[in-house]
Amino acid sequence: MRKVKIYVTLRESVLDPQGSAVMGSLHKMGYGEVKDVRIGKYLELMISDEARDIDALVNEMCHKLLTNTVIEDYRFEIEEAVSQ
Amino acid sequence: MKFAVIVFPGSNCDLDMYHAVKDELGEQAEYVWHDATDLSHYDGILLPGGFSYGDYLRCGAIAQSSAIMGEVRKAAEAGKPVLGICNGFQILTEAGLLPGVLLRNKNMKFMCKTVGLKVENATTLFTSEYTDGQEIQIPIAHGEGNYYCDDATYEGLKQNNQIVFSYADDFNGSRNNIAGIINERGNVLGMMPHPERAVSDLIGGSDGLALFKSIVKQWREANVTHA
Repeated sequence: MRKVKIYVTLRESVLDPQGSAVMGSLHKMGYGEVKDVRIGKYLELMISDEARDIDALVNEMCHKLLTNTVIEDYRFEIEEAVSQ
Repeated sequence: MKFAVIVFPGSNCDLDMYHAVKDELGEQAEYVWHDATDLSHYDGILLPGGFSYGDYLRCGAIAQSSAIMGEVRKAAEAGKPVLGICNGFQILTEAGLLPGVLLRNKNMKFMCKTVGLKVENATTLFTSEYTDGQEIQIPIAHGEGNYYCDDATYEGLKQNNQIVFSYADDFNGSRNNIAGIINERGNVLGMMPHPERAVSDLIGGSDGLALFKSIVKQWREANVTHA
């Protein structure tokens, strides 16, 4: 079994109103040194060992469903995991 | 003319859409569940608003992968009118049937009110009953209606006259106040405002009715031969 950790982030060209709102709050709380906040997503997938080419598989799933490449970038890591 | 109103788990404007077509327009409408695999006997496809699959992952993302969307794609390829309103618009962008994407409103708020819209292109099969530049009043109800696309896409939309509706005022952050766009071929329209909620003065306005009338008129001209 392998654990795939996928990090999804908004592309730099895309405004992040949620991140801006959080930055506003941080500033109000006195953390003026924060210059930018971008909010993304983190996904974990458990994938069985018999899966075909795992990199290709994850990329395919990211393009078809997990991310929208018009506005999002992603990267992922693969770890060996002990199945339960 | 026979319309399919596609229903996903979490759709909530399907009844409004059905009512607009059946009662105000006097045309046929049927609900079609998201796992259906045949839309061939419908003349027009309507994707209603709501929160399909709870907006999980991204609005419209999970609905986009459901069985019916292959059929919606086929209908679009066959040149049938496909109209996506609100969540329906979000689904069409996620499906790649329309360019761009709908982001969270710039003020992070869900907004529900009637707004002014400008008809930017009254030559489409969805807008022929309006006039170019006409101002109409249509309700909006969305939290993620902030239309985004990159520069190249925007230039393409402008050049091909694909921007069909724009907001009179900027309230959600949409690029150039875009409220609705059409595909290049001109048979797939997506818009955030709800014309199906503006089809009778009894419910506060009827400026949306002309959109549905345009579709039917176009269809009759193309398909009904007069004896």
